[in-house]
Amino acid sequence: MSEPLSTTKKTEGRAQTEPAVVRWTLISIALIFLALFLLLPLAAVFGQAFEKGLSVYLDALKEPDTLSSIKLTLITAAVTVPLNLFFGVTAAWAIAKFSFPGKNLLVTLIDLPFSVSPVISGLIYVLIFGLQGWIGPWLQDHDIRIVFAVPGIILATIFVTFPFVARELIPLMEAQGKEEEEAALVLGATGLQTFFRVTLPNIKWGIIYGVILCNARAMGEFGAVSVVSGHIRGMTNTVPLHVEILYNEYNYTAAFAVASLLAFLALITLMVKTIAEWKVRQQLENN
Amino acid sequence: MNIKNIVTAFAVLALTLSSSVASFAADITLLNVSYDPTRELYTDFNNSFARYWQQKAGQKVTVKQSHGGSGKQARAVIDGLEADVVTLALAYDIDAIAEKGLIKPGWQKELPHNSSPYTSTIVFLVRKGNPKQIKNWDDLIKPGVSVITPNPKTSGGARWNYLAAWGFALHQKGGTEAKAKEFVAKLFKNVPVLDSGARGSTNTFVQRGLGDVLLAWENEAFLAINELGPDKFEVVTPAESILAEPPVTVIDKVADRRGTRKVAEEYLKYLYSDEGQKIAAKHYYRPINAKIPTRLAKIKLYTVDQAFGGWKKAQKTHFADGGTFDQIYSSAK
Repeated sequence: MSEPLSTTKKTEGRAQTEPAVVRWTLISIALIFLALFLLLPLAAVFGQAFEKGLSVYLDALKEPDTLSSIKLTLITAAVTVPLNLFFGVTAAWAIAKFSFPGKNLLVTLIDLPFSVSPVISGLIYVLIFGLQGWIGPWLQDHDIRIVFAVPGIILATIFVTFPFVARELIPLMEAQGKEEEEAALVLGATGLQTFFRVTLPNIKWGIIYGVILCNARAMGEFGAVSVVSGHIRGMTNTVPLHVEILYNEYNYTAAFAVASLLAFLALITLMVKTIAEWKVRQQLENN
Repeated sequence: MNIKNIVTAFAVLALTLSSSVASFAADITLLNVSYDPTRELYTDFNNSFARYWQQKAGQKVTVKQSHGGSGKQARAVIDGLEADVVTLALAYDIDAIAEKGLIKPGWQKELPHNSSPYTSTIVFLVRKGNPKQIKNWDDLIKPGVSVITPNPKTSGGARWNYLAAWGFALHQKGGTEAKAKEFVAKLFKNVPVLDSGARGSTNTFVQRGLGDVLLAWENEAFLAINELGPDKFEVVTPAESILAEPPVTVIDKVADRRGTRKVAEEYLKYLYSDEGQKIAAKHYYRPINAKIPTRLAKIKLYTVDQAFGGWKKAQKTHFADGGTFDQIYSSAK
């Protein structure tokens, strides 16, 4: 899970009193730990993926079922991320800049998906939309498919990635306070003008940070999606599900080739996240 | 009989009337919801059926596949996964779907041979050279032999493994239920890890290198050898084992609603054709047509009905909460 952005201004100056030995020991432990638990598996993924050469790697990615899983994952992310972006910004704006009854409840609800196991997140949709569920029979009579089809996958993904944007923005916007907005309003700006000219530029990097995390999770989600997918080859398998299938078919090279796409995504996410974090800190310092 | 004739007559009539339309017959897709070890079989079979149906009916048919643990797949169909046909590991799982009204009762009589177009059994996969000299079921309970099998609570294949061992003990001289239970309990003392599915166990054995012997579907064992190299593993066929009859059926509700009944029925019937049987044999299933050659060793097979009085009873006695597996496994800890 993501840690919220550090919103306190960075305290400059050193407060190190420990001897160098202690410092270096601690640093080496952290680095060895990182190498063992993060870099080694990552290297293993790429190592396995390219084990039989570049052409085998590319062939594995060109396989129709793989392409369709990539397409489905992109569609899912393309629907999920904008919706959660809209919701996240709206919710964060309401929570950080206004006070209203039920505000705490809303904050708690936004956090709900973090505290629920992904399997449960998928199962609730099966219980609601499944054939034995509340509105499943009605849906079937009207020939509408939710679970075991793309809509179910998107719903489960939206649920799981719900908190990401809002969770990043709320502390940031609360730290920025509402003075600038109040000044804009006093100077005669409308609500929308205030939002687009004042609020939005201030939270730009926070949004990017939230979106990239949301996107990474949307593309990488396994548990919830697995429950509602139905695992129909070439139709309802997302990339993570397809990796599992390939692995189970002794198709190790292809499994790791497809997995390497997710690893790439993770690396890009990490990069953008670092840039966004740095920019946010800069922005706060400039204020 | 009369009704059947009338229906046939109507069908013929309808076909003639729509023959002009049929030449423009739309492409059709079927969904075959199956269990884990049949992936390769059905990938092959679906292509063959598509060619056959194109020739016979001039219609392009695409069969989509979904694979997973047999019980899990049945559950998904019950919850609305739109399977035109299911081809699962055991009749018990299809009965569960029938109980919800998605399949007409008596489905198992619709097709020959209890609706099982191929059979399989449980064999041993051992490391090359068989270092622990595992030949038969009683070798599995020797001290120091590590046995890999999935969890019977979640895996259909594991239930077959369990019952195969039980049946073997039962058939020994002076074999009683109590002795069989003791035998299976000893066997499970030798199991270091219980995976949730058959493929998981196979990966544990071949990839992670755990265990001396893997209890596996016969076709899974040969597939593992073909995929991973005959220089590493070999199959040991015990003197006797259980006869697994994985049944197939049309999901009536889905096929009727989607208008795919005819193709779905032809699809299953094609499994019984010479071509279908050959494909089953090629993927190390035992064809029910004795004329189709098979590479598999002769083996004395007993059925669940003979040894356990049917799947419902076996399920209740052995795998329900508090059944023999729970008793064995909680006392083993």
